[in-house]
Amino acid sequence: MTPLGGYLLVAALLFAIGLAGALTRRNAILVLIGIELMLNAANLNLIAFWRYSPHPELLTGMMFAVFSIAVAAAEAAVGLGLVISIYRHTRTTDLDEMNRMKG
Amino acid sequence: MSAVFWILAALTVLGGLAAVTLKNTVHCALAVTVAFAGLALLYLQLDAQFAGFAQILVYIGAVAILVVFAILLTRGSETPKQGIFSRSWFTGMTIAAGVFAVLGWAVIQSSQVLPDETVAPSVTVNQIGNALLGRYVLPLEIVALLLTAALVGAVIVAMHEKGESK
Repeated sequence: MTPLGGYLLVAALLFAIGLAGALTRRNAILVLIGIELMLNAANLNLIAFWRYSPHPELLTGMMFAVFSIAVAAAEAAVGLGLVISIYRHTRTTDLDEMNRMKG
Repeated sequence: MSAVFWILAALTVLGGLAAVTLKNTVHCALAVTVAFAGLALLYLQLDAQFAGFAQILVYIGAVAILVVFAILLTRGSETPKQGIFSRSWFTGMTIAAGVFAVLGWAVIQSSQVLPDETVAPSVTVNQIGNALLGRYVLPLEIVALLLTAALVGAVIVAMHEKGESK
Protein backbone atom coordinates (compact mmCIF):
# COMPACT_ATOMS: atom_id res chain seq x y z
CA MET A 1 0.00 0.00 0.00
CA THR A 2 1.23 3.50 -0.76
CA PRO A 3 1.74 5.89 2.19
CA LEU A 4 -1.24 7.96 1.03
CA GLY A 5 -3.45 4.85 1.16
CA GLY A 6 -2.44 4.30 4.78
CA TYR A 7 -3.36 7.86 5.75
CA LEU A 8 -6.68 7.58 3.91
CA LEU A 9 -7.50 4.33 5.74
CA VAL A 10 -6.71 5.91 9.12
CA ALA A 11 -8.92 8.89 8.20
CA ALA A 12 -11.75 6.55 7.13
CA LEU A 13 -11.49 4.64 10.42
CA LEU A 14 -11.49 7.87 12.43
CA PHE A 15 -14.50 9.15 10.47
CA ALA A 16 -16.41 5.92 11.17
CA ILE A 17 -15.54 6.13 14.89
CA GLY A 18 -16.74 9.72 15.01
CA LEU A 19 -19.94 8.83 13.16
CA ALA A 20 -20.59 5.94 15.54
CA GLY A 21 -20.07 8.28 18.49
CA ALA A 22 -22.37 10.94 17.05
CA LEU A 23 -25.11 8.42 16.30
CA THR A 24 -24.99 6.24 19.42
CA ARG A 25 -24.12 8.39 22.43
CA ARG A 26 -26.81 9.85 24.71
CA ASN A 27 -24.87 12.85 25.95
CA ALA A 28 -25.09 15.87 23.61
CA ILE A 29 -21.50 16.94 24.39
CA LEU A 30 -20.19 13.54 23.29
CA VAL A 31 -22.21 13.81 20.08
CA LEU A 32 -20.33 17.08 19.45
CA ILE A 33 -17.03 15.29 20.18
CA GLY A 34 -17.99 12.70 17.56
CA ILE A 35 -18.66 15.48 15.02
CA GLU A 36 -15.26 17.02 15.82
CA LEU A 37 -13.60 13.66 15.17
CA MET A 38 -15.34 13.45 11.79
CA LEU A 39 -14.14 16.97 10.86
CA ASN A 40 -10.60 16.03 11.88
CA ALA A 41 -10.70 12.91 9.74
CA ALA A 42 -11.64 15.07 6.74
CA ASN A 43 -8.74 17.43 7.56
CA LEU A 44 -6.33 14.49 7.66
CA ASN A 45 -7.53 13.50 4.18
CA LEU A 46 -6.98 17.04 2.86
CA ILE A 47 -3.46 17.29 4.26
CA ALA A 48 -2.49 13.79 3.11
CA PHE A 49 -3.65 14.56 -0.43
CA TRP A 50 -1.78 17.90 -0.30
CA ARG A 51 1.45 16.18 0.80
CA TYR A 52 1.37 13.54 -1.94
CA SER A 53 0.03 15.76 -4.72
CA PRO A 54 2.28 16.75 -7.63
CA HIS A 55 2.03 20.49 -6.81
CA PRO A 56 2.26 21.00 -3.02
CA GLU A 57 3.66 24.52 -3.48
CA LEU A 58 0.17 25.74 -4.42
CA LEU A 59 -0.86 25.08 -0.77
CA THR A 60 -4.48 24.36 -1.73
CA GLY A 61 -5.05 21.33 0.50
CA MET A 62 -3.32 22.80 3.51
CA MET A 63 -5.21 26.11 3.22
CA PHE A 64 -8.47 24.17 3.01
CA ALA A 65 -7.52 22.28 6.19
CA VAL A 66 -6.54 25.48 8.03
CA PHE A 67 -9.83 27.17 7.13
CA SER A 68 -11.67 23.99 8.11
CA ILE A 69 -9.98 24.10 11.53
CA ALA A 70 -11.15 27.71 11.98
CA VAL A 71 -14.74 26.85 11.01
CA ALA A 72 -14.69 23.81 13.31
CA ALA A 73 -13.63 26.02 16.22
CA ALA A 74 -16.59 28.35 15.55
CA GLU A 75 -18.91 25.35 15.30
CA ALA A 76 -17.67 23.93 18.61
CA ALA A 77 -18.22 27.25 20.40
CA VAL A 78 -21.79 27.66 19.11
CA GLY A 79 -22.63 23.96 19.62
CA LEU A 80 -21.47 23.90 23.22
CA GLY A 81 -23.29 27.20 23.87
CA LEU A 82 -26.47 25.56 22.57
CA VAL A 83 -25.93 22.51 24.81
CA ILE A 84 -25.51 24.75 27.87
CA SER A 85 -28.62 26.75 26.90
CA ILE A 86 -30.69 23.55 26.47
CA TYR A 87 -29.36 22.21 29.76
CA ARG A 88 -30.55 25.37 31.51
CA HIS A 89 -34.09 24.77 30.21
CA THR A 90 -34.42 21.00 30.57
CA ARG A 91 -31.79 20.12 33.23
CA THR A 92 -30.51 17.30 31.03
CA THR A 93 -28.03 16.69 28.23
CA ASP A 94 -29.65 13.35 27.36
CA LEU A 95 -30.63 13.51 23.68
CA ASP A 96 -33.28 10.79 24.09
CA GLU A 97 -35.17 13.14 26.44
CA MET A 98 -34.96 16.15 24.10
CA ASN A 99 -38.01 15.13 22.11
CA ARG A 100 -40.08 18.31 22.03
CA MET A 101 -39.54 21.58 20.20
CA LYS A 102 -41.40 23.78 22.72
CA GLY A 103 -39.07 25.92 24.84
CA MET B 1 5.08 2.92 5.59
CA SER B 2 7.23 3.92 8.54
CA ALA B 3 6.86 2.64 12.09
CA VAL B 4 6.29 6.22 13.30
CA PHE B 5 3.19 6.45 11.12
CA TRP B 6 1.72 3.25 12.54
CA ILE B 7 2.42 4.31 16.14
CA LEU B 8 0.78 7.71 15.57
CA ALA B 9 -2.14 6.14 13.71
CA ALA B 10 -2.70 3.65 16.56
CA LEU B 11 -2.54 6.50 19.12
CA THR B 12 -5.08 8.57 17.17
CA VAL B 13 -7.52 5.73 16.53
CA LEU B 14 -7.32 4.43 20.12
CA GLY B 15 -7.90 7.95 21.43
CA GLY B 16 -10.94 8.31 19.20
CA LEU B 17 -12.29 4.89 20.19
CA ALA B 18 -11.86 5.67 23.88
CA ALA B 19 -13.59 9.04 23.38
CA VAL B 20 -16.76 7.43 22.04
CA THR B 21 -16.85 4.36 24.33
CA LEU B 22 -15.76 5.48 27.82
CA LYS B 23 -18.45 5.93 30.50
CA ASN B 24 -17.12 8.99 32.30
CA THR B 25 -17.53 12.16 30.20
CA VAL B 26 -14.37 13.80 31.56
CA HIS B 27 -12.37 10.73 30.52
CA CYS B 28 -13.95 11.06 27.06
CA ALA B 29 -12.74 14.66 26.84
CA LEU B 30 -9.20 13.56 27.80
CA ALA B 31 -9.28 10.73 25.24
CA VAL B 32 -10.41 13.06 22.46
CA THR B 33 -7.51 15.38 23.39
CA VAL B 34 -5.15 12.42 22.85
CA ALA B 35 -6.76 11.84 19.45
CA PHE B 36 -6.30 15.54 18.53
CA ALA B 37 -2.64 15.38 19.60
CA GLY B 38 -2.12 12.25 17.50
CA LEU B 39 -3.64 14.04 14.51
CA ALA B 40 -1.35 17.04 15.04
CA LEU B 41 1.66 14.70 15.06
CA LEU B 42 0.35 13.03 11.89
CA TYR B 43 0.20 16.48 10.24
CA LEU B 44 3.82 17.08 11.28
CA GLN B 45 4.69 13.67 9.84
CA LEU B 46 3.06 14.86 6.58
CA ASP B 47 5.39 17.93 6.47
CA ALA B 48 2.47 20.30 7.22
CA GLN B 49 4.05 22.10 10.17
CA PHE B 50 1.73 25.09 10.07
CA ALA B 51 -1.42 22.94 10.10
CA GLY B 52 0.06 20.74 12.84
CA PHE B 53 0.74 23.66 15.16
CA ALA B 54 -2.63 25.24 14.30
CA GLN B 55 -4.23 21.91 15.25
CA ILE B 56 -2.40 21.91 18.61
CA LEU B 57 -3.34 25.54 19.35
CA VAL B 58 -6.97 25.37 18.23
CA TYR B 59 -8.02 21.85 19.18
CA ILE B 60 -5.92 21.00 22.24
CA GLY B 61 -5.77 24.62 23.40
CA ALA B 62 -9.30 25.80 22.76
CA VAL B 63 -11.81 23.11 21.76
CA ALA B 64 -10.75 20.60 24.45
CA ILE B 65 -10.97 23.31 27.13
CA LEU B 66 -14.41 24.36 25.83
CA VAL B 67 -15.59 20.73 26.01
CA VAL B 68 -14.31 20.39 29.58
CA PHE B 69 -16.07 23.63 30.58
CA ALA B 70 -19.33 22.45 28.97
CA ILE B 71 -19.07 19.11 30.80
CA LEU B 72 -18.51 20.83 34.13
CA LEU B 73 -21.33 23.35 33.53
CA THR B 74 -23.83 20.62 32.64
CA ARG B 75 -22.78 18.07 35.26
CA GLY B 76 -22.46 15.67 32.34
CA SER B 77 -19.84 13.54 34.04
CA GLU B 78 -22.54 11.61 35.86
CA THR B 79 -23.27 8.35 34.09
CA PRO B 80 -26.99 8.12 33.25
CA LYS B 81 -28.88 5.19 34.71
CA GLN B 82 -30.12 3.95 31.34
CA GLY B 83 -26.56 3.52 30.03
CA ILE B 84 -24.38 5.72 27.86
CA PHE B 85 -25.72 4.66 24.49
CA SER B 86 -29.01 5.89 23.07
CA ARG B 87 -31.99 3.70 22.22
CA SER B 88 -31.12 3.64 18.55
CA TRP B 89 -27.50 2.54 19.07
CA PHE B 90 -27.78 -0.53 16.88
CA THR B 91 -28.89 1.51 13.84
CA GLY B 92 -26.07 3.99 14.49
CA MET B 93 -23.43 1.26 14.69
CA THR B 94 -24.75 -0.33 11.50
CA ILE B 95 -24.59 2.99 9.62
CA ALA B 96 -21.05 3.70 10.89
CA ALA B 97 -19.84 0.20 9.97
CA GLY B 98 -21.40 0.56 6.51
CA VAL B 99 -19.75 3.94 5.97
CA PHE B 100 -16.37 2.52 7.02
CA ALA B 101 -16.81 -0.48 4.73
CA VAL B 102 -17.59 1.74 1.72
CA LEU B 103 -14.72 4.18 2.45
CA GLY B 104 -12.20 1.39 3.08
CA TRP B 105 -13.29 -0.43 -0.07
CA ALA B 106 -12.89 2.77 -2.11
CA VAL B 107 -9.40 3.46 -0.69
CA ILE B 108 -8.18 -0.09 -1.27
CA GLN B 109 -9.64 -0.25 -4.77
CA SER B 110 -7.99 3.05 -5.78
CA SER B 111 -4.63 2.48 -4.05
CA GLN B 112 -2.93 1.75 -7.39
CA VAL B 113 -3.80 5.12 -8.91
CA LEU B 114 -3.20 7.33 -5.85
CA PRO B 115 -0.45 9.93 -6.34
CA ASP B 116 2.80 9.12 -4.57
CA GLU B 117 5.28 12.01 -4.51
CA THR B 118 8.42 11.03 -2.65
CA VAL B 119 9.89 14.55 -2.54
CA ALA B 120 8.79 16.27 0.65
CA PRO B 121 7.32 19.74 0.05
CA SER B 122 9.27 22.55 1.69
CA VAL B 123 6.76 25.25 2.60
CA THR B 124 7.81 28.19 4.75
CA VAL B 125 5.52 30.26 6.94
CA ASN B 126 6.46 33.19 4.70
CA GLN B 127 4.86 31.43 1.72
CA ILE B 128 1.77 30.59 3.78
CA GLY B 129 1.41 34.21 4.88
CA ASN B 130 1.77 35.46 1.32
CA ALA B 131 -0.84 32.96 0.13
CA LEU B 132 -3.24 33.91 2.95
CA LEU B 133 -3.06 37.61 2.10
CA GLY B 134 -2.87 37.07 -1.66
CA ARG B 135 -4.76 34.23 -3.26
CA TYR B 136 -6.82 33.35 -0.15
CA VAL B 137 -7.58 36.84 1.16
CA LEU B 138 -11.35 36.62 0.56
CA PRO B 139 -11.75 33.30 2.47
CA LEU B 140 -9.57 34.76 5.22
CA GLU B 141 -11.88 37.79 5.58
CA ILE B 142 -14.96 35.54 5.53
CA VAL B 143 -13.46 33.33 8.26
CA ALA B 144 -12.73 36.44 10.32
CA LEU B 145 -16.36 37.52 9.96
CA LEU B 146 -17.58 34.00 10.77
CA LEU B 147 -15.45 33.80 13.92
CA THR B 148 -16.74 37.18 15.12
CA ALA B 149 -20.35 36.16 14.43
CA ALA B 150 -19.82 32.79 16.14
CA LEU B 151 -18.27 34.47 19.19
CA VAL B 152 -21.20 36.88 19.56
CA GLY B 153 -23.71 34.12 18.76
CA ALA B 154 -22.27 31.69 21.31
CA VAL B 155 -22.38 34.36 24.03
CA ILE B 156 -25.99 35.30 23.16
CA VAL B 157 -27.14 31.67 23.03
CA ALA B 158 -25.53 30.72 26.33
CA MET B 159 -26.33 34.03 28.09
CA HIS B 160 -28.59 33.97 31.11
CA GLU B 161 -32.00 35.14 29.89
CA LYS B 162 -33.71 38.07 31.57
CA GLY B 163 -36.84 37.27 33.55
CA GLU B 164 -35.96 33.61 33.82
CA SER B 165 -36.71 32.26 37.29
CA LYS B 166 -33.53 31.08 38.90
